[in-house]
This record gives sequence, C-alpha cells and structure tokens, in this order.
Amino acid sequence: MSINYNEKIPNNVDLSSDRRLQRALEGWQPEYLKWWGGLGPEKSNDLNVYLRTAISVEKDGWAHFDYVRMPDYRWGIFLTPSDSDRTIDFGIHKGQPAWQEVPGEYRSELRRLIVTQGDTEPASVEQQRQLGRTCPSLYDLRNLFQINVEEGRHLWSMVYLLQAYFGRDGREEAEEMLERHSGDPDKPRILEAFNEETPDWLSYFMFTYFTDRDGKFQLASLAESGFDPLARSCRFMLTEEAHHMFVGETGIGRVVQRSCDLMNEHKIRSSAAEDGVRKYGGIDLQTIQKYLNFHFSVSVDLFGQELSTNAATYYNTGIKGRFNESKINDDHLLHDSTYSVLELKGNQILNVDVPALNAVNERLRDDYIFDCDLGVRRWNKIIADSGIDFQLKLPHRAFHRGIGQFSEIQSDPQGNIITQLEWERLHHEWLPTQEDKEYIQSLMQPVTEPGKIAGWIVPPKSKINRLPFEFEFVKFN
Amino acid sequence: MIEFNTQIEQYKHWSLEIDGVIATLKLGVNEDAAIQTGYKLKLNSYDLGVDIELHDAVQRLRFEHPEVRTVILTSSKEKVFCAGANINMLGISSHAHKVNFCKFTNETRNSIEDATSFSGQTYISAINGTAAGGGYELALATDYIMLIDDSSSAISLPEVPLLAVLPGTGGLTRVVDKRKVRRDHADYFCTLAEGIRGKRAVKWKLIDELVPRSKFTEKVKERALEFAKKSARPENEKGILLTPINRKIEEDRITYDNVSIEFKRQTRIVNLTVHAPKGDLPTTTESILEAGANYWPLAMARELDDAIMHLSFNELELGTWVLRTSGDADQVFAIDQTLVQNQDYWLVREIILNLKRVFKRLDLVSRSLVALIEPGSCFTGTLLELVLAADRSYMLDGSFEDSDDDPAMLRPTEMNFGALPMCNDLTRIQTRFIDDIENVENIRNEIANNLDAAVANELGLVTFIPDDIDWEEEVRIAVEERTSFSPDALTGMEASLRFAGPETIETKIFGRLTAWQNWIFQRPNAVGEEGALNLYGTGKQSNYDKKRV
Repeated sequence: MSINYNEKIPNNVDLSSDRRLQRALEGWQPEYLKWWGGLGPEKSNDLNVYLRTAISVEKDGWAHFDYVRMPDYRWGIFLTPSDSDRTIDFGIHKGQPAWQEVPGEYRSELRRLIVTQGDTEPASVEQQRQLGRTCPSLYDLRNLFQINVEEGRHLWSMVYLLQAYFGRDGREEAEEMLERHSGDPDKPRILEAFNEETPDWLSYFMFTYFTDRDGKFQLASLAESGFDPLARSCRFMLTEEAHHMFVGETGIGRVVQRSCDLMNEHKIRSSAAEDGVRKYGGIDLQTIQKYLNFHFSVSVDLFGQELSTNAATYYNTGIKGRFNESKINDDHLLHDSTYSVLELKGNQILNVDVPALNAVNERLRDDYIFDCDLGVRRWNKIIADSGIDFQLKLPHRAFHRGIGQFSEIQSDPQGNIITQLEWERLHHEWLPTQEDKEYIQSLMQPVTEPGKIAGWIVPPKSKINRLPFEFEFVKFN
Repeated sequence: MIEFNTQIEQYKHWSLEIDGVIATLKLGVNEDAAIQTGYKLKLNSYDLGVDIELHDAVQRLRFEHPEVRTVILTSSKEKVFCAGANINMLGISSHAHKVNFCKFTNETRNSIEDATSFSGQTYISAINGTAAGGGYELALATDYIMLIDDSSSAISLPEVPLLAVLPGTGGLTRVVDKRKVRRDHADYFCTLAEGIRGKRAVKWKLIDELVPRSKFTEKVKERALEFAKKSARPENEKGILLTPINRKIEEDRITYDNVSIEFKRQTRIVNLTVHAPKGDLPTTTESILEAGANYWPLAMARELDDAIMHLSFNELELGTWVLRTSGDADQVFAIDQTLVQNQDYWLVREIILNLKRVFKRLDLVSRSLVALIEPGSCFTGTLLELVLAADRSYMLDGSFEDSDDDPAMLRPTEMNFGALPMCNDLTRIQTRFIDDIENVENIRNEIANNLDAAVANELGLVTFIPDDIDWEEEVRIAVEERTSFSPDALTGMEASLRFAGPETIETKIFGRLTAWQNWIFQRPNAVGEEGALNLYGTGKQSNYDKKRV
C-alpha cells in the first residue's frame, strides 16, 4: 500500500521520494501519535479546534486556518527554502559554503544541540496538558492548543533532522525524545525548567513569555548554524515561536489590565495581596511580580554557565552563532576580543572582561534579558495608563539561580547578596508562596461559553484570522 | 612541596560514610580547593589533591575498617559522577608533573582492584551522572558498574576526539582486557565524545547494570549487600588506626623511624637506608593488632611508600637511589616468620598486601636503583626484595679491612616466593630467572640460610661482588657513570628491563598505555600552542600535524 506522504505529512523536504526518511518516519510516527494521545492535551481528542496549520512555506501557506479534530492535525516538516549560495557567517569556517550534510567532526556536537532543543518541545506540551480543564475562555483554549500542536511540529522538525542526517544514532535519539517525560522521576526531560509543572494559566502565560523566549534565542542562534538544514528548520520555527511569545505577552498584559481595572473600579490603592484586588477575584500586581520573578529566574538558568567551553566550541566551529549574528559589527571570529560579564568576586558582583568566545552564552543571556524587558515596559504602560503607581521589574540575574556562579549565593531581586538566613526570612516576599499558588488555583474555573471570559483577565484586543472574540474557537462534540 | 599524608578529617573532596558492612565513598570535589593555582576543579574533575585523598581512603578502609565488605564509589553532585582529570590542570602542568600524576592515579586505581581481589573489599560504582574520561576509568577500576538510566547520564572516554591524548588511567586497557569489550566496539566507544548510555552500554559490556533513577539508591544498596555476602572479611574485628607517620625533612636528609634518606644534591644521588626493627617483636595476632600502625612491617612500608612518593614528585633531579639496609637480620627474619605463620589473619594479610604494593611502586619509579649490600646490612626475606628490585646490586665479598664486622649476608625467606609479586604477577626471583625454574628452586632450597657473597653470586642474586680493595672505586664509578647518562634514556631502558615475562593488565597500563601517553604528552598535537590540551576550553580548534608517526 502506498501512502501519500505529502497529504499525511505536509512537507517541503521531498518526503515522497526519500525512502530512507519514509522508513524512519513510518516507525516514529505511530509512536508520536501514541505519545500525543497519552501525554498531549488532556481530553482533547473529540474537540474541533480552529487551528492554523502550516501546509507550505509560501506566503499564505504557513497559516492555513480551519477547524481540525486535534488528533488529525497534520504535523508537517518545513524548512525555510534554501539559499544555495549561503555561506557560514562566523567561526573558523567563515566564508565557506554552508554544510548540506553533517560534517563528521561535528556530528556529536550537532546532535547534542538538536536533541537538547528538540527535547524542550514535547516537554512543554506535557507540562501544559492539564490546562485545558481550566481555560479562561475559548479564545485562550484555542491558543493553548495552537501552541501545543506547534510545539509538536517543532519536535517533528528536530526529529526530521535527526532521522535524515544522523543515521542510526539519530533514530535512537528520536525515540528517546518520546521516552523522556516532563517531571518523570526515572526519565526526566533534559533541562530542569522543563520538568516544572505549569499548574495554572498565570504560570502558563509567564512560561510562554519567559521560557518560550529562551526558545526564541536558542532557535535564533541555531538559525545561524553552518549546518544549513538546521539553520533553515530553526528559521521556520521562529515564525511560530513569535506567536507563542505573543500569547504570553498579551496574556500577562490582560491579567495586568484586569488587575488595574479592578483597582480603579473599587478605588483600591494597594497593589498587595492582602488588601488588594483579591476580594474581587483579581490577581494583585505584587503576585504577578512574584510569578514574574520565578519564571524569569528559572528561564535565565536555561542559558547555562556564564563561561562555557561548549558554547565557545559551538561558536568557533560554526555550529551555533550569536543572536542576529550577521547584524553584529565585529570580526565574527572572537579569537582576540573580550566581553564584559558580571562575575561574583567574594561578596560583590562586578563587571569583568573575559574572552568573548567563552562568553557566548552570557552574551545570549544579555540579549534575552534586554528582550524580556521590552514586554515589561509595555505592561508598565498599561499600569501607568490606568493611573496606578506601580512598576513591574525584572529581577537581577543573580536572583534565585540554580545554574552558574550565582547559584552559589543568595541575592535579593535587586542583586544585593544576602545571607541564607535573610533569604529564608524574605523569599516569600519575592517568590510565590503556597498561599499565592492556592489563590491562583482557586481562580482557575473553566469558561467555555463563546464570548465569555473569566473574572481575572480581560478579553484580548487582537483577533485570530480577523475573527471576533465571540467566535466559537473550540467546538465540543 | 606535595604532601601525600592526609586524614579523613582533612578531606576536601571525598566523604566516607560507613553503614555496617557497606562503605560509601562520595566524590564532591570542592572546585576552589585545587592543589595548585590556575584552575578550578569543575564538574567533579580531579587533580593530584583529589586522588591523594582517594588513595588515603582506600588505605584506611583496608586497615581501619575490617567490617567493610563493599565500597560504593559514587558522587554527591547532581547529574555528574566525575569528569576525570582536570584539563586545565593538565594544560598548565609540566610534563614531569603530568606523568607523575598519571602514575600515582594509576597506582591508586590498581590498589582499588587489589582490595577487591585480595582484601574482600569489593568496590562497585554507582554512576549517578556523567562519567567522562578519568571518571569512567575510576569506575573501570571497580568490579561492578551501575549506571543510572535517566537517558542523559553517559559513560565516555572522550580523550582522543576532544583532547588528542589517551585516557591515562588504564581506560583503554581495562575496556578490552578487564571488561572484555570487543575491540571494534571499544574503538567506536573511544572515539565518541559524548559516550554511550542506556542499553547499548550494557550490551557492549561497558557497564554491568542499568538502573532506573527512582530505584537507583535502593538497587545499589541491594547489590552492595550481595557482594558483601561473598566477602571473606572477618567478623567482629576491630581495625587499627593509621596514625600519622613520623617524618622530619631537612635540607639534605629525611628521617623516619625506620627509613632514613640522605641526598647528595651535587651528584644527584639519594642514599636510602631501611632499618631493621629493634627490641621485642609481636608474634601473636593479638599483639600485632595491639602494635597496629607501629608494627614494623607496616610502619616501615608506610614510611618507604611516603619516601618513594615524596622523592618521585618533589625531588626530580635526584636520579639515582642507592638502597641499603642496616640492623639485625634475625629480627627481619623473625618478622617474616610471624607474617607467614599468620598470613590468614586479616591484619597480617593487609600488611603483606601493603608491602606488595609498596615494592610494586618501587619497581615503577623512574629512578636508577642500585642496591649496596655491606656488612651490618639485613637484606633478609622482605628486605631482600630491595636487592631484587634494584637495577644492579653490589655485595661486598668479605669484610672491610680493619673491621670486626661479620661479612654481609643475604637470607631468602618464604616471603620471596609468592607473597610479594611484581605487576607481571611473578615474584622478583621468577622474573629474574625467567628461563631458569631450576635456579628458582635452588634459591628456595636456601630459605632461612645465610648466603655469603660467593654463594649469592653463584645463585645470581647479586650483580657484582667486589672485595674491599675494589669496593669503593667500583661502586663510585658505577654510580657516577649512571648519573652522567640521559635521564630519559635511563628511564626507558630500566622500565623495559625490569619486567621480563608475561603481560598483565598492570604491565600493559604502565608499559604500553602510559608509555604511549607520555609520548603523546610531548607532542605538539596535544601540548603545542595549537594543540588540543592547550586550546581546550577556549573554543578554538586545534591544528594537528597530520603525519602519522
């Protein structure tokens, strides 16, 4: 029996004539569907969801909207079209043609990068699988599922690379991607942030804003890779990733807006939990700040050690670049340049110049933090426009760290080093407490009537495919 | 100066927990407590300081804890077992330090295997995170390897692909010789920077067992108890305390209770003398236990061991060691008799095994060894091994003129015939007469007999027997001539001549792996400006000289 691969798996990698890849995917796809059924969004199999499906990389092909029964979603394989003259932009191979095959000497490094990236994609689906139960609106439910299927597609993209370019080892890695599970005591996901639960929608918006943004920066630096298929896969993934962060940014903005509206409506001065908007079912700004502190700090960890040999090797050998590599004005070799990083010196945090190659991680972290701050400013504008005197702030990068030199000390959100004792005494002011979490959990009541929304968030300003908020984005059969 | 003496309270990197018959040695390297400046010990990587503690712990477990039957090697850090020798340390170390470091770490790994094979203390590894390079080699020195199955922890020997050197603590040898991994599998494994995990690691015999994360601690304990059941360690015995040795270091001498050393820096000669015990000697197991670390064969061996390590690391230019003994040969003979009679008693067994290891260390020193057998010496039994370990020996025929001293004698004992094998698993006498079993028997027939120079010469136990007229000139010329040769050539020559006979894992490690490693350590591909060791961590690519040699 011949299968119409182009119909079943939309792609622009000529799947129908690649027998090796077909064979690999034939083995993997049923396992993937089994995984989606078991660990994908809960109770979603009978839903008809108004989803965007990428069916080609053409201008109008990447966003094809229609109702889809969730398990029938067509996870495709798309790479940004190849530019046959592309050369490598950085490192010792700068100026040489980009690799269309994996160079043997960098095989294991490339594989490790792809596996680490790929592992995060199904992880977030697993982390978010229960959120469907408590959606604040059909619009949000639809966005959740949209993100879930796209994370699934991103997994497909990485699996495609493993299966098409890395032989038997690649196939084994692809299988293991479905064997590790978020939070599994035996086989956890590779990166720690992806083993944390996403228990409520505030956490979810924070996750898509902060943690998916890590994804953006990782994908952007992989999109510079000298290994062309990886670069092209990541470029296409970035278009979708932008939507995920948009969901996060507008989601938090809508919660902030609701909080401000409630304060104004009930003439509340305090932004705190106790005497603030909680009695009207809103989320106080201070609690939002605590969630922000938590999610920012665990996401900052994802960039790894401040000084990294691996990152230096990846850069120097042309397999992972910097953010917006081609727009940076330097020699793109970094053999003799330095970069200023914050370092722990005794009891102080000081700027120190280090070899730029080793600081590639830290530079990416800097770019990330800058990017995070843009959204914070927009949320603050919402607060200011509502006439409320309060500002959300990103905590210092030394705050609440689990990886890197700052993991050895405790710091307050301003970056002042404090003792363990002070930390024990004060951390409940900076991070969500059990009580905060329980309160947020108490708000998580599902709203599934078209046009209706939960009381802790305002409806969106933006539209999906020009459809109004009242549209029935999810049909329950 | 590098100090080899330590005690548990001073450990910076290891913790030792004892729970009944099981001891757990946990590696938790303090990255800021390196033995030299210039690098941090990240990711549970080690330097000499870390290994000195391990060596100390292995020794203490044998002597201080007769109750311990299984030793679990594991890490106290999350996700990392051990990343092996610290690369930055290797990068900044002198060639001599690298070589000495490798040798010492190898001897420690061998002592772990020795404990498993002969002391009833089985070492097992609980690899609870990444075990790379020396980290996996450490596990290879244990008899059972358990790897956590979290689909990210891997074992690897990434030296060739990443660092352009070899796994320096026996990894290559043990993979094929001890674990019997097929050579093609081993070849693939040793070129795979990220290593191997999961089922393939078991299938290829690189590890023994894969354990799910949630069951890891429980399963490790279960296995530890199984090994403990098979042990012949004694029950209800108290250990002895390895008290600090008594040592005084001066400009041109080092004095221990039973060993004394004088340097002649100008001529680069060490005069090392081992002194026989004095006074009443313990003869029963109770009195040996009571004497503990002060019992002569243990005290002397610990001092000699310290002297060998100290001179090897801290006195690089003192290239010729002249070995002497002094004191009452009957006392040494009595000691040997007691050891042989009580060899099944756990403490005596440990004392003999320790003597064996110390003499093995002496066999492996990169120094010329010359034994001088003079009147007043006591080269009997255990101490006769010093003569047999030497590259050459001179025995005075008769006495010095104007002296009432009795002529020098050698006296074989049972100890020379099996208790103290070399690393080729043969005794020094067997190795010496590799094609002459009959002569080995002739010497065995002389057990307990005093052999004068003529007889010793006849039996081939000594090289030359000058009389008192020739003695001084002949000895002086021999030693002076030796100090004029190239130290490198001498080391290579001596190492090649000392180990006649069959290969064992140990001879392969020291004679083959280490020799290659020491060559590679000198080559630009590893240590040149663009060599891999130098560039490691900078992200820069090494530029290899592509010619095969």
